[in-house]
Amino acid sequence: MSETSIFFSVLIPVIGALLIGASRKLPNIRETITLITAIFLFLFNAQYLPDILDGERPEFALMTIIPNVELLFSIEPLGLLFALVASSLWIINSIYSIGYMRANKEKNQTRFYVCFAIALSSTMGIAYAGNLITLFLFYEILTLCTYPLVTHHGTHEARHGGRIYLGILMSTSILFFLLAIGWTWLFTGTLEFTPNGIFNHEQLQTSIPLILMALYVFGVGKAAIMPFHRWLPAAMVAPTPVSALLHAVAVVKAGVFSIVKILVYVFGIANLETISGGSWLMYLAGFTIIAASVVALKSDNLKTRLAYSTISQLSYVILAVALFVPIAVMGAALHIVAHAFSKITLFFAAGAIYTASKKTKVSELNGIGKRMPITMIAFTIGALSLIGIPPAIGFLSKWYILSGAFDAQETFVVAVIIISTLLNAAYFLPIIYAAFFRTDDNSKNHGEAPTAIIIAMASTGILSIALFFFSDQIISLGYQIAPAY
Amino acid sequence: MLSSQLPALQVVIPLVAAPICVFFRNPRIAWLIALIASSLTFMVSIGLFLQVQQLGVISYEMGNWSPPWGIEYRVDNVNAYILLIVSSIGALVTAYAYPSLKREIDTNRHYLFWTSYLLCLTGLLGVTITGDAFNIFVFLEISSLSTYVLIALGKSRLALYAAFRYLILGTIGATFIVIGIGLLYLMTGTLNLYDLASRLGDMDLAQPQLAALAFLTVGISLKLALFPLHLWLPNAYAFAPSVATSFLAATATKVAVYLLLRFAYDVFGKSQIFSELPLGEVLLVLSIVAMFVASTVAIYQDDVKRMFAYSSVAQIGYITLGASFASQTALTASIVHLFNHAITKGAIFLLLGIVAFQIGQPTFTKIKGLGKKMPWTSFGMVLCGLSLIGVPGTAGFISKWYLILAVLERGWWWLAAMILASSLLAILYIWRFVETAYFVTDAEDNTIELGSKIPFSMATVTVLFVLACLFFGFHTEFSVDSASEAARVLLEYTRQ
Repeated sequence: MSETSIFFSVLIPVIGALLIGASRKLPNIRETITLITAIFLFLFNAQYLPDILDGERPEFALMTIIPNVELLFSIEPLGLLFALVASSLWIINSIYSIGYMRANKEKNQTRFYVCFAIALSSTMGIAYAGNLITLFLFYEILTLCTYPLVTHHGTHEARHGGRIYLGILMSTSILFFLLAIGWTWLFTGTLEFTPNGIFNHEQLQTSIPLILMALYVFGVGKAAIMPFHRWLPAAMVAPTPVSALLHAVAVVKAGVFSIVKILVYVFGIANLETISGGSWLMYLAGFTIIAASVVALKSDNLKTRLAYSTISQLSYVILAVALFVPIAVMGAALHIVAHAFSKITLFFAAGAIYTASKKTKVSELNGIGKRMPITMIAFTIGALSLIGIPPAIGFLSKWYILSGAFDAQETFVVAVIIISTLLNAAYFLPIIYAAFFRTDDNSKNHGEAPTAIIIAMASTGILSIALFFFSDQIISLGYQIAPAY
Repeated sequence: MLSSQLPALQVVIPLVAAPICVFFRNPRIAWLIALIASSLTFMVSIGLFLQVQQLGVISYEMGNWSPPWGIEYRVDNVNAYILLIVSSIGALVTAYAYPSLKREIDTNRHYLFWTSYLLCLTGLLGVTITGDAFNIFVFLEISSLSTYVLIALGKSRLALYAAFRYLILGTIGATFIVIGIGLLYLMTGTLNLYDLASRLGDMDLAQPQLAALAFLTVGISLKLALFPLHLWLPNAYAFAPSVATSFLAATATKVAVYLLLRFAYDVFGKSQIFSELPLGEVLLVLSIVAMFVASTVAIYQDDVKRMFAYSSVAQIGYITLGASFASQTALTASIVHLFNHAITKGAIFLLLGIVAFQIGQPTFTKIKGLGKKMPWTSFGMVLCGLSLIGVPGTAGFISKWYLILAVLERGWWWLAAMILASSLLAILYIWRFVETAYFVTDAEDNTIELGSKIPFSMATVTVLFVLACLFFGFHTEFSVDSASEAARVLLEYTRQ
């Protein structure tokens, strides 16, 4: 297969966006195009899987932006994994969107679908970025094209949320991320992602890599590491499909993906293990996990609770990779997948509850399991997966992260995982209990959400379990990211 | 041979065309003459640019008087690039202008506009191309005097006030420049820049030369609106006709920056003024203050044109910042930002020209709901705004990238952080526009009444400019290579 085709992954959603824009007067055709584009994109990404598993690393330079810095795309296991997760969930999310947007009679639906497609395009760009400039370019485009989605309702509240969203993401990326990239360029003379990193032995002896690491970690605000996490709850003013795919999968995963990618391919896991002073990241991630879980425990708004749960789960990925051992890196990659499928199910459920009953608060959910059994079963699967109970994919990733922690002999990490698992249970189980075992309090009569929503929700719920049994390829991809040495 | 006469033609064409406009007082004919003249000058500058690439420095003896006695026109990599910027923007803005002017100025005054415009173009190109110090002063005055007229032609009566203010400050600047040139002539006995540079290089900088440098720096800084000498600029840009604002914002200050570079690096180049004198430090500090103060002031403007005028002052800060330390990367950053900012601000003011064409002087109360009513224009503004912020994929990013590299090369990471922090201020004022244009919750607020369809010429030129903002964010062969070539030449002057 020719290598120029890598760029098509970025191009396909853009073409989709143009067609969606062109068919704005015909909602049925518009939605069909969205769905076809999503399916096509997923199949396109999937065809790379055999080659990548065989160890091929295709590369394609589209153009030279500044001397020696190209717009470069390359496929490596982590990027492919991320691209596959995002594009497969886009299919399901599109089905969901159709049901949700129509049932809630949202305005400006064409703009919504166009921005969504462009967001997926930039996600592909991030996943396949071959150097830091390309990554940064698509990172910023993703921020900008999701802004109209966050502020979709156009209300005062939406505008306020949009300000926080854009303010934090843009400031951190310009202040820290760009500075780090420039510094890296001057320090090493390259920006390309290279297995085992781009720093040589002498450079690693200086303190600059450590400073750069901090700049990168805080520069990638999308990873929502504290104290730059406030944008994620703010983004919850968006319609639920946006929160589901973008703020549980594409955008936030783009954040942790970027950090993992930079740590693995700019610094090199083996290098990070040898230089001391990188362990602060582990402590910061651990703190974020616990603190965000506590906030989640206290918030009554369901989407806010899910958002804080996301912040906490994102830091699992960072925590894992900050162990700097290969098996934990694999666990981090696996957790990107696990959290994506489980959390999107939870958001789907939250959106289904809102669509059917207009309820947004946890305290209003008493007895809702009897009215919406499928929704609440899906919710339960997602929640159990995130708590880490087999047979759900969430168990696997936690398992590997834990083995990494034992490998690295970090009792801190083990403790964090145990405490946070308890906290996870504490903020999810009461919802499930209330939904199924408390009696309904005089709410108006309603049943399940529209069929499209149910289909989407059921698929991700089933996949969260199915992936537990069919995780071989994900795991072998994960092992290739940072091969054991 | 025509090709050997290009340096003279560069200035003569618009100069001759200017009085012809007065003969035909018909607005359309005057516009056509201006369009033909500025297109020809554009072609001439392309020719010159290519010649310089092939042959190196071109020296042209006016009237066959050999330098240093006669006036020499001297084109090297530096001013060939600037000539190209000025003349291309001149030609494109002229192509855009007719419908916009018709809406903003009485038709019986159009010929005045075009005469002044052509004279202004003559002046700007003359300043850039000439190798003679006194000639610089003459052309500078031609461009300044015609600029006062261009501004005063604005619709609002405040335009007169703005023009008068610029007249006062501009005259002070010009006086300073002529005093500086006079002192130099007194000490060296020559006015030819090339000759001046070599004679100044042979002597120590005594009091008169230092005074000359000081007068020149302050005079030029007034012209390029270096903070705090920028006070003339916001009103001038806000109240001039849209076409004039677009042209001036994209060219006038850029030519003044060129003069600064020419004097600092070429004429005084061998005197090591950057290592011996605190010139670099002074420029640096003023640039930083400009970046922060002007951007902050921009956030609080009510008039959209005025807001972007203040943004210009801040952006000029980036340009002078790059000029303030003599390194290859920094000068490249400075010169490439000359270009990138010219197209970005040009595009913004052209877009605002379209807005003004439809709804009159754009203020923040008037543009509520603009995103619905004029979706393409608003979207163009967002794209250009991103270029001002320096988002990757836009021209502005390229400048910022080089500027940061230049600063980091020196190990001044704190300055890099400040540059980046100041671009966050740009987000604030750009987003003020975005929120006003796109978020109208109250339908009654939406008072926009559209005039007619946007004329084809205005739309085409504007789209070209906006696309250029994106194009030069990805393809930098022309913009960066020419700028870094110019930077190399300038640094060579300091070494000889």
